[in-house]
Amino acid sequence: MFEILEKELLARDIWKYTIAAPEVAKKAQPGQFVVLRLHEQGERIPISISDWDRDAGTITLIVQAVGHTTKRLAEMDAGDHILDLLGPLGKPAVIEPVGTVACVGGGVGTAIIYPEARGHRQIGNRVVTLIGARSREHLFYQEELSAVSERVLVATDDGSCGHHGFVTDLLRQLIDDGLHLDQVIAVGPVPMMQAVSELTKSRGIKTIVSLNPIMVDGTGMCGACRVRVGGAIKFCCIDGPEFDAHEVDFSSLLRRLRLQERSAAGCTSAENGTEGCKSQCHN
Amino acid sequence: MPTQPPQDRIKNFQEVALGYSPEMARREAARCLQCRQRPCVKGCPVGIDIPGFVRAIAEGDFAGAVAVIRQDNTLPAICGRVCPQEVQCESHCVLGRKGEPLAIGNLERFAADWERETWGGAAHRPNRVRGGKGKVAVVGSGPAGLTAAAELSRLGYEVTIFEALHTPGGVLAYGIPEFRLPKDILAYEFRQLQLQGVELRTNVLIGSTLTIDDLFSLGFQAVFLGTGAGLPHLLGIPGEDLNGVYTANEFLTRVNLMKAYLYPQVDTPLYLGKHVVVIGGGNTAMDAARTAVRLGSSVTVVYRRSREHLPARREEILHAEEEGVEFRFLTSPTAIKGDEEGWVEAIQCVAMELGDPTEDGRPAVRPIPGSELWLPADSVIVAIGQGPNPIVARTTPGLETGLHGVIEVAPDTFMTSREGVFAAGDVITGGATVIKAMGGGKKAAQAIDHYLRNRSGRPIS
Ligand SMILES: Cc1cc2nc3c(=O)[nH]c(=O)nc-3n(C[C@H](O)[C@H](O)[C@H](O)COP(=O)(O)OP(=O)(O)OC[C@H]3O[C@@H](n4cnc5c(N)ncnc54)[C@H](O)[C@@H]3O)c2cc1C
Ligand SMILES: Cc1cc2nc3c(=O)[nH]c(=O)nc-3n(C[C@H](O)[C@H](O)[C@H](O)COP(=O)(O)OP(=O)(O)OC[C@H]3O[C@@H](n4cnc5c(N)ncnc54)[C@H](O)[C@@H]3O)c2cc1C
Ligand code: SF4
Ligand code: SF4
Ligand code: FES
Repeated sequence: MFEILEKELLARDIWKYTIAAPEVAKKAQPGQFVVLRLHEQGERIPISISDWDRDAGTITLIVQAVGHTTKRLAEMDAGDHILDLLGPLGKPAVIEPVGTVACVGGGVGTAIIYPEARGHRQIGNRVVTLIGARSREHLFYQEELSAVSERVLVATDDGSCGHHGFVTDLLRQLIDDGLHLDQVIAVGPVPMMQAVSELTKSRGIKTIVSLNPIMVDGTGMCGACRVRVGGAIKFCCIDGPEFDAHEVDFSSLLRRLRLQERSAAGCTSAENGTEGCKSQCHN
Repeated sequence: MPTQPPQDRIKNFQEVALGYSPEMARREAARCLQCRQRPCVKGCPVGIDIPGFVRAIAEGDFAGAVAVIRQDNTLPAICGRVCPQEVQCESHCVLGRKGEPLAIGNLERFAADWERETWGGAAHRPNRVRGGKGKVAVVGSGPAGLTAAAELSRLGYEVTIFEALHTPGGVLAYGIPEFRLPKDILAYEFRQLQLQGVELRTNVLIGSTLTIDDLFSLGFQAVFLGTGAGLPHLLGIPGEDLNGVYTANEFLTRVNLMKAYLYPQVDTPLYLGKHVVVIGGGNTAMDAARTAVRLGSSVTVVYRRSREHLPARREEILHAEEEGVEFRFLTSPTAIKGDEEGWVEAIQCVAMELGDPTEDGRPAVRPIPGSELWLPADSVIVAIGQGPNPIVARTTPGLETGLHGVIEVAPDTFMTSREGVFAAGDVITGGATVIKAMGGGKKAAQAIDHYLRNRSGRPIS
């Protein structure tokens, strides 16, 4: 059992949880994640470790309430317990002295960008951070990111804060203005990572993305998380979650994420997903 | 052995084989000739005194039968159900030369079930071990880890099992379905182990949450690796990343471990569709096929050799056939096709022909050019085997691995290339059987005892 020690609303539908998990806190590194299960009938879902306090034995998770499990988590409070939590999982991010790094976060991906930006800053890289969100009320972590970045630029889809448009526009602008980037890290919705990847590929800038496929165990046992990278199938949970963006088959990833539409909308009925389906399923 | 009728059982997940009544067990046991040479015992990887326990059953001394079995096997209720008896103990039974061999597995199951149902295990419950001989860490809670833990604890060590998943049991928990091995039996065996003083820690991935070196710093004097062969192999054909293509591990984990068949009472969903094609011919393929039948799909198993080469237990093949699973032998998949949204629509296969026997005794297979055909499929389940998981090897400096990533051990001591680290079960052999993993776990536990006593300067007994 893993106790939720604190819970805080960071932005619309985005919650920050401080959880007692001493062993995970001791080992966590930027880029890694946990798999958690809330209760006996619950699903196992992967969530990145956005921060940790090795002395206090706590980890921070930032979770967007989007579906069944994440909404249920949003109903839990400080003092409640998460039944199972496994981690840290995945390979740690490779953080090396490279020069100038742009950290690009989209939506809840901003939470994952934070420990990476901090890591790069700590070893002396110059860090510029770009964050994108639907609107002002979905933005979070601007202050935290400012503390570890030389600059933080913001884009919102509706123009309610910062640049009116996509975060990729900001990145393009930055490059066109003559800022030399040695590396880009992008974490967010698949279309955003794909757009960043296309842009940086054309400019020849090495780019890392953190992928978010569906997972079950998170230990390399089920293969649900397989992604196509460089033409080969990789298991995101043990070979990733970070990969060279220019090698990733984003369309395959996007397609596999659609699995949840059919599986979540339905049930285990054989008619599920077919025209003849008469099941009155929830969701 | 009586079974649930096929038309009923395809609608539920309850156990198929119903077990013997005491009268049936005594009648079957009475057929045993009590052969002086005991050929059957040679066929059992852990050497159970088969004539001994069978005689006790024939005499109605069920408690005596249990005592005999438990000398060599800590999980009889499980082995009686899942051992491939037809190639092990029963294949050596002299009765098999003229007629049916003695149903040794069924009798073993009967005795173990009788014990659990009659005493709730109270009688064989070993005393809580006082420890004192030192601390040993067991990594993985499958049959190898379970048996090693039981043996080490019996030998006087304080044992902690570390398991990555939230439920212990390894393949017994996430792979083998409820209708073949009720999860209550597994839970019961774990309770016994815990009563004996073995500690179980779930949600710990060794190599990540704690490394092997951490275990030594925590005061464990030896480490046993029973991490199994859980990394699923893929076909390497086009279309394998389409939606609706599952590894058998994902499919079975969703259904067995996460109980997706109860959705929406549980949160884990599963999409299967009308037509399911399962690739493979082993126990995993049969379990996937029969599970898919119970979820309401029509199922075709595609296997590249012929029926007599199916590696699955005979009982599972028969049960699958009775449950309406269709088999396509001498057929091998070459591509999977999806619709415009990326969902599986059909699978292309090619006919195969058998050639000369290869080293492992099975005939070589080769595709017949021009024989391609398409089978309709809403889902494809790939069940072509598993290899060892790389996490522990990747994160443990100095731990050597061999072909296909198996962990290398010295054949007599079960010690790996790292001092004090031992391994057995599927992680050293590649996918094998429950009883072989148990046999390995027990021998490795004895080797650990030997190592620790020598190291601390005490004489070897
Ligand atoms: C490595 C990694 C790190 C992540 N980090 C974060 C993070 O830090 N913060 C954050 O908010 N999110 C993160 N995510 C995404 C997060 O895991 C999902 O948002 C979460 O799983 C959604 O669960 P849900 O039940 O709330 O949503 P839904 O989408 O509603 O899921 C509903 C049901 O659909 C099922 N389902 C979901 N996906 C699939 C699928 N692909 N196939 C079959 N069934 C499926 C689920 O089992 C669930 O029961 C991360 C994902 C990965 C892989
Ligand atoms: C679907 C299926 C059906 C089968 N049917 C039969 C059958 O009928 N009869 C038969 O004899 N055999 C059968 N087998 C084979 C048999 O189950 C295996 O040979 C046996 O389970 C191997 O035991 P093990 O203890 O070595 O490993 P496993 O049972 O694989 O257990 C390994 C355990 O270690 C855990 N683990 C792995 N890595 C780590 C880590 N780093 N840290 C912590 N924990 C870790 C895993 O989560 C798992 O719980 C079947 C196999 C499958 C997949
Ligand atoms: S453990 Fe397996 S092989 Fe040995 S007697 Fe029992 S069923 Fe036969
Ligand atoms: S070989 Fe068969 S008949 Fe002979 S002792 Fe063994 S089980 Fe009995
Ligand atoms: S989540 Fe199961 S293999 Fe990656």
